[in-house]
Amino acid sequence: MSVNTVQFQTDADRMQQDGDRREFLRTALNGYILTRSGQQSKYGDYEAARTTAAAIKWQAIENLGEHLERFADNLEARGVHVHWCSDAAEARAAIVGVLKKHDAKAIVKSKCMTTEEIHLNELLEKQGYDVVESDLGEYIVQLRREAPYHFVFPAMHLKRGEIRELFERELGDAPTDDPEALTMIARQALRQKYLAADVGISGANFGVAETGMISITENEGNARLTTAMPKVHIALMGIEKVIPRFADLAVMLPMLALAGTGQRLTGYNSQFAGPRQEGECDGPEEMHVVLLDNHRTELLAHPEERDALRCIRCGACLNVCPVFKNVGGHTYGTTYQGPIGSVITPHLRGMKDWKHLSNASSLCGACTETCPVRIDLHHHLLRNRHSAAESSGGWAERMQMRGFALVMRQPWLYGIASSLGRWAHTLSRPIHGTRLDPVYAWRKTRDFPAPAPKTFQQLWRERKKDQPPRH
Amino acid sequence: MNVSLFIPCFVDQLFPHVGLAMADVLERLGCTVDYPESQTCCGQPAFNCGYQEEAAKVADHFLRCFSQSEQVVVPSGSCAAMVKHFYKDLFRDTPREAEATRIGERTHEFSQFLVHQMGASDVGAKLPGRATFHDGCHGLRELGVKSEPRLLLEQVDGLELVEMTEAETCCGFGGTFSVKFPQVSTSMVEVKTESIEATGAEYVVSNDPSCLMQIQGYLTRQKKKPKCMHLAEVLASR
Repeated sequence: MSVNTVQFQTDADRMQQDGDRREFLRTALNGYILTRSGQQSKYGDYEAARTTAAAIKWQAIENLGEHLERFADNLEARGVHVHWCSDAAEARAAIVGVLKKHDAKAIVKSKCMTTEEIHLNELLEKQGYDVVESDLGEYIVQLRREAPYHFVFPAMHLKRGEIRELFERELGDAPTDDPEALTMIARQALRQKYLAADVGISGANFGVAETGMISITENEGNARLTTAMPKVHIALMGIEKVIPRFADLAVMLPMLALAGTGQRLTGYNSQFAGPRQEGECDGPEEMHVVLLDNHRTELLAHPEERDALRCIRCGACLNVCPVFKNVGGHTYGTTYQGPIGSVITPHLRGMKDWKHLSNASSLCGACTETCPVRIDLHHHLLRNRHSAAESSGGWAERMQMRGFALVMRQPWLYGIASSLGRWAHTLSRPIHGTRLDPVYAWRKTRDFPAPAPKTFQQLWRERKKDQPPRH
Repeated sequence: MNVSLFIPCFVDQLFPHVGLAMADVLERLGCTVDYPESQTCCGQPAFNCGYQEEAAKVADHFLRCFSQSEQVVVPSGSCAAMVKHFYKDLFRDTPREAEATRIGERTHEFSQFLVHQMGASDVGAKLPGRATFHDGCHGLRELGVKSEPRLLLEQVDGLELVEMTEAETCCGFGGTFSVKFPQVSTSMVEVKTESIEATGAEYVVSNDPSCLMQIQGYLTRQKKKPKCMHLAEVLASR
C-alpha cells in the first residue's frame, strides 16, 4: 500500500469515529441540495441547459490549442503579459519573477484552487512574502494552516464556535460566534491588507478566447478588491478553463452558480480584459496571466479520459457524493477532493500513488447524475481502476481475479468451489469475527450471511422433479 | 412468454429463495421459466476491480449459457446493468460485440421486465405491513429503474409504501468497496438505516440483493427491527 493509501485509511477511520462531524457535513450538504433543486426548477429545461454547457466545454477542449492561442493573442493585444507554464515549478517561477520585478513584499490573494495545486502559498511564505487569502473560507483555513476542505467551501467543516476560537487566538478578537460579527472581524483585518498589497493574485473561472478576458465568479467582492487595488494583478489559470465565446458566459455563469452554491447567480461576476488603459481611472497598472498545463495535456491526449477537462470546478459532485460526506475533504489528501478529484488526480499526479482514490468509491453514480457539464465521473473511476490494474495492480489481487475467472467459466469448478465454500464456512466458524476471519473487514461492523443450506441450483432441480412437466 | 432465469452467483449461494420467489411470480403471470444450469456469474466482481480480461472470460461464458434464451430476467439491478451496458464495452470491436449487444437487449431487471415486457402492475400479492423502498444505484442510474418497483409495490394488498429521505443514497455496499474501505461502507449504511428507521417501516424492499445483504447485515448487528426483503419475495407473498 502506498503512503497515501495508508493515510486515506487512517483518516477515514478517524472520520468514522467522528459521528458529529459527519452529521454536521451531511446537514450542511443536504441544505445545499435543497436550495439547488429549488433553483434548478426555475430553469425552463434544465437538462437542455446541462447539455449546452457540456457542449460548450467540449468544443473548447476539442480545439483547445486554437482557443488558447486566440485567448493569449487578445490578452497581449491589450498589454497583458501571458506566461505559458508546463508545470507547477514553471508557474511558481513565473509568479515569483513578477513579484521580484516589482520588489513586492505584500500579496493579497483571492480564492484560486490552481494556486493550491502548485503550492504557491507555502513557497511565498518560505521566501518571506506576506501573503493573505481574502476569501473568508480560504482565510479561515489559512489561519488554521490547513488545506481547503472542499474546493468550493474551503472551511465547511468548521463550526461557528471553532471559527470564533480561531479568530480569538489569531486575531485577538471574537466576542461572539454570530456569523455576521465573525465576518466583520475578518473583513476588518483584510481591508488593511488590500491597501498594503503590492500585488494581487487571483484565479480564473473562465478564459474567454473571443475577447481575451478572464472571468471570475465570487460572492464576497474580495476578488474585485484583490484585482483592482494593488498595482499588479497576476491571474493563474489551468489551460482547460478557456471557453470559445463571450456569449458562452450566459450559460456558464448561471450554471456554475447553480451547481456550485445553489444560487441563481453569484453575487459578483467580473471580467478582466487587461491592465488600466489610457484614460481609465482605476485598475492595476500591470496584468499577468499565467497559463498552467501541469499534465493537463496528457489528459487531453487520452481520447476516453479527456472529457474530465470539461470540469468547471463547481464542486457539485462532492456535495452529492456519499463517500465525500462520510470521509470529509481532508481524507483525500489532494487539491481537488471528491469524485472529480479521484478521477483527475491519478492522471495529474501519478496512478501508482493515487489509484486508491478510484477504489474509494461505491460507483453509485450520484456524481455523474449531478455533473452540470455531464462528465461521466463514475465510469471514469471504473476506467481508472482498469488502468491501475494494468499498470500497477497487486500480484495477489491479480491471482484472485484469475482464479475467479477460471472458476466462473467452468460450471463443474463452480460446483466444487460452492461445496468447498460451505465446508470452509462451517469449519471456520470458531474464527468468525476474529482477525483471522477472511471476511473480518465485513464482520467487524456487519453480519455476513451464512451460505444457504442448498444453492438455488439444487433447489431448482428439486422443484423441477416435483413439478410434473407442462404440455 | 419463455423466460430464462439468471440467478447471480451470490444469489445462488446466499439467497436462493429470492430466485425461487422470482420464478414463482413469473410463472404466476404465465411465463414458461427455465434455468440454464451451466450459468455462474456475470463477471462484475472482476470488471469493477479493473480486471477486464478476466471479466470478459466470465462474460463470454454467460453469453454462451444464454445464447438460446428468448428473454433473460435478473433479480439484481447491478448484474442486469453489467450484462446490458458493460458487456458491450467489454467486447467492443471484437467478434463477440454483436452477440453481447443482442443478449444485452434481451436481458431485463426483474421489475422492468414485469412492468414493460409483461405489462403487469398487480401480480396478486398480499403482505400486510409498512415498507420502504431502497433504490439500488446501478438499477437506478444505469438502468433507470425508479417507478417500476413502486408501481408493483403499491398494488400489493395490505402493503403501505412509505418513502425514506435517503432512498436514492448509496447503501455503501459497492462490491469490493465494502471490504477495501469497510469504515466508509459502514458510515454509509449507518446513514441508510437511520433513514429507514425514520419511516417506521417494518420492511426494507429493494430489487438488489447485494444492497439488502449490506443493509440487513448492519441492521442485524445493530439489533434493529426492520427486515430486508427482495421485491420478488414481496411479490411472491400471498
